[in-house]
Amino acid sequence: MSKLFQKITRSQLFLPIVALILVLVFNVIKTPTFFKITIMNGTLYGFIIDIINRASELVILAIGMTVVVASSAGTDISVGSVAAVSAAIICYSLGPSQEAYKVPYLVGIFLGLMGGMLCGVWNGFLVAKMKIQPMVATLILFTAGRGIAQLICAGQIIHVEKVEYRLLGSFLPGVPLPTPVFVAILVIVITWAILRYTALGMYIQAVGINSKAGRLVGINSSAIIFLTYIYCGLCSGISGSIISSRIAACDANNIGLNYELDAILAVALGGNSLGGGKFSLAGSVIGAITIQALTTSLYAMQVTADQLPIYKAIVVVIIVAIQSTEFKKWFSNLKRKYAIKAEAAS
Amino acid sequence: MSNDLLTMRHITKNFPGVRALNDVDFTLRSGEIHALMGENGAGKSTLIKVLTGVEDFEEGEVLVSWMDHPLINHSPQEAQKKGISTVYQEINLCPNLSVAENIFIGREPKKNGMIDWKKMNDCAKKLLKDLNLAHIDVTKSLEHYSVAIQQMVAIARAVDIESKILIFDEPTSSLDELETEKLFQIMRQLKNKGVGIIFITHFLEQVYQVCDRITVLRNGELVGEYLIKDLPRVQLVAKMLGKDFDDLAAIKKEGIEKRDRANQVPILSAKNVGHRGTIKPFDAEIFAGEVIGLTGLLGSGRSEMVRSIYGADRPDSGELSIKGKKKKISAPIDAMKAGMGFLPEDRKAEGIISDLSVRENINIALQTKRGMFRPLNQRERAEFTEKYIKLLQIKVANPDSPVKQLSGGNQQKVILARWLLTNPDFLILDEPTRGIDVGTKTEIQKLVLKLAEEGMTIMFISSEVDEMLRTVGRMYVLRDGELVGELTEDQMNENAVMAAIAGGEKDE
Repeated sequence: MSKLFQKITRSQLFLPIVALILVLVFNVIKTPTFFKITIMNGTLYGFIIDIINRASELVILAIGMTVVVASSAGTDISVGSVAAVSAAIICYSLGPSQEAYKVPYLVGIFLGLMGGMLCGVWNGFLVAKMKIQPMVATLILFTAGRGIAQLICAGQIIHVEKVEYRLLGSFLPGVPLPTPVFVAILVIVITWAILRYTALGMYIQAVGINSKAGRLVGINSSAIIFLTYIYCGLCSGISGSIISSRIAACDANNIGLNYELDAILAVALGGNSLGGGKFSLAGSVIGAITIQALTTSLYAMQVTADQLPIYKAIVVVIIVAIQSTEFKKWFSNLKRKYAIKAEAAS
Repeated sequence: MSNDLLTMRHITKNFPGVRALNDVDFTLRSGEIHALMGENGAGKSTLIKVLTGVEDFEEGEVLVSWMDHPLINHSPQEAQKKGISTVYQEINLCPNLSVAENIFIGREPKKNGMIDWKKMNDCAKKLLKDLNLAHIDVTKSLEHYSVAIQQMVAIARAVDIESKILIFDEPTSSLDELETEKLFQIMRQLKNKGVGIIFITHFLEQVYQVCDRITVLRNGELVGEYLIKDLPRVQLVAKMLGKDFDDLAAIKKEGIEKRDRANQVPILSAKNVGHRGTIKPFDAEIFAGEVIGLTGLLGSGRSEMVRSIYGADRPDSGELSIKGKKKKISAPIDAMKAGMGFLPEDRKAEGIISDLSVRENINIALQTKRGMFRPLNQRERAEFTEKYIKLLQIKVANPDSPVKQLSGGNQQKVILARWLLTNPDFLILDEPTRGIDVGTKTEIQKLVLKLAEEGMTIMFISSEVDEMLRTVGRMYVLRDGELVGELTEDQMNENAVMAAIAGGEKDE
């Protein structure tokens, strides 16, 4: 029994899950209706639904970020801007007409995702081939990305008026759950399958831990790093398409704004080391959901948008501190002291 | 008794699942060089870590003569302040700082509140000059220099701190003979000044060269403390192993080298292969079932030669043929596919993938050889790991634990297992026995000979000449980045090898 308990508490996912549960429990106390789910017009409504719905694009970004962090021990800070680029490409190619798209819908989406991947190729080239530090390399698209998106939109906010465009960001007819959730699940499953059914997961970790040793056992380290950046670009693109569909427009200045920070935070909250190497996809997903749960619950408590960052920061500090090794050391010392005291007493 | 500098009493330390130290006593007198001996995992390093505050301990006490209360350190910095400094087995310096900065980090000479760079660089230069390293540019960053020089810098740093107790944890494992001799001189000087020195090494010869006293540990327990003259070498080994030492000289077998090579196609032949700046173009022919040695001083190009064969440093001239067929090798994966395996010199930096499990570390080379899209299944992974843990007697409680938790010797066995699993025709072992205890050394040497008998070709590099003489059937000699000659079996004896390595008269 105690062995099982130890196994659970030592798992990397233990603390992230506890953090998420804490946030949720706190909510139930403050907002008793928190877990209530109602059905309106055949679709589900409620705080919980809202959380997983709004968390979708963050989950997708966090997955891309996770593989990048694992392989290159650096972060891709351009994900938000790349999302805007993808959104711009999609909106531009589909056009503003109410009756018909300029190109078929899937072609538009495809072009957008290609744009995202192309940005990933650029980042990957700088990091893997030119050996530029990831944060500096991706800083380029972080700033230039929104400019590119503006250029595509010719400085305008392009609205896609055709009603079907909203489906990706809302509900498919007859389906009670919001579409983004399905997209996020699809991305999770595909990523999981790739890591499970190829040796890529081990390669990424090996490269992140010791790329020299990785090379000597036959891994092409730069190719692996390159690949993870492209994948991250693709994830940014998917995320951009969802965000743009939610507002049925492309707002180059605001799509995915500050998302890179939340994505990095999601990876860290999931118990993943930002120093690269070992990673847990599930951890990042839970981290992303925790962040969204926090935001949604603060809104539910009528915290205004301008005060939100303060409360969020406090909670994040607590969660991150609990997971730090220093805290764990301190805690285990404390436990030992009590054990000794108890022994002395008996 | 008044001579005692350091007394450690009843030290006990547990790691999860292992008792690393059990009721160990250790005494160091002032003005002595005291060897701490034992196999890998005997507890030498742990004892040092306890002393210097890297690890805490559960029971026991540490007393030093200049303090009237028990000493407990919480960090190496604290220990250093209290007069105990260490040169670690694994070099822990900052490669991107200059040599001078590395020597003076944390205690830089100041002038008007600012670092006095000139004074710092001058002092560093003088210190290194005392170590015969006058040619080092102390303002260059450390990573420009070889492992051996980095080690010397670490030593210079520790020597300069003027501690009462100085600990050398395997300081010579990457030094050549001249450098080692220089180090010993310095150790003797310090000893005459009354410093107490703890010396940990795997080289028995060196123990008898410099030490006054020996403490032997085995499996975390104290075996005993001896004066050097009371403990002949064979007995020391017997005490370390806890059994009689079977004579290493007996393991060498004869035969294969004597075979007629006239009509044989060499398994590997190199023509004019070279890598600019590290190894001049060389020709080599190696035959199946041979154990071929590469000998030379550190920096002579022995590692660089095998690295260019394996594609670790992409050769920029010449061509390689394997089994008579020309092969282009531009990256390690090409070499692996051509049937090669490579155990690198620097286990920590290039060998183990520290956070991955023992299982993954063993399987990874076979996996990359098979390709990303054909992953080994769970059963295969477990089976292969199990097989090689048994075969090489790797001491590990759980194959899923990270490889970094293993002792150095066992990590090396994991890397050996990694390559044996790929079933190579041609295996390159660059210093496979460095920093490894005597027992494991013998095991590895035996394994090398057994593999060769089964038809594997092995290229063997070692700094220890007698180990080479016992193991290899033919030797290439390297000097100053150039392949300068070859010694056949009947030419090989210690003197001949030394002469070949040193080559003619040299100034300096």
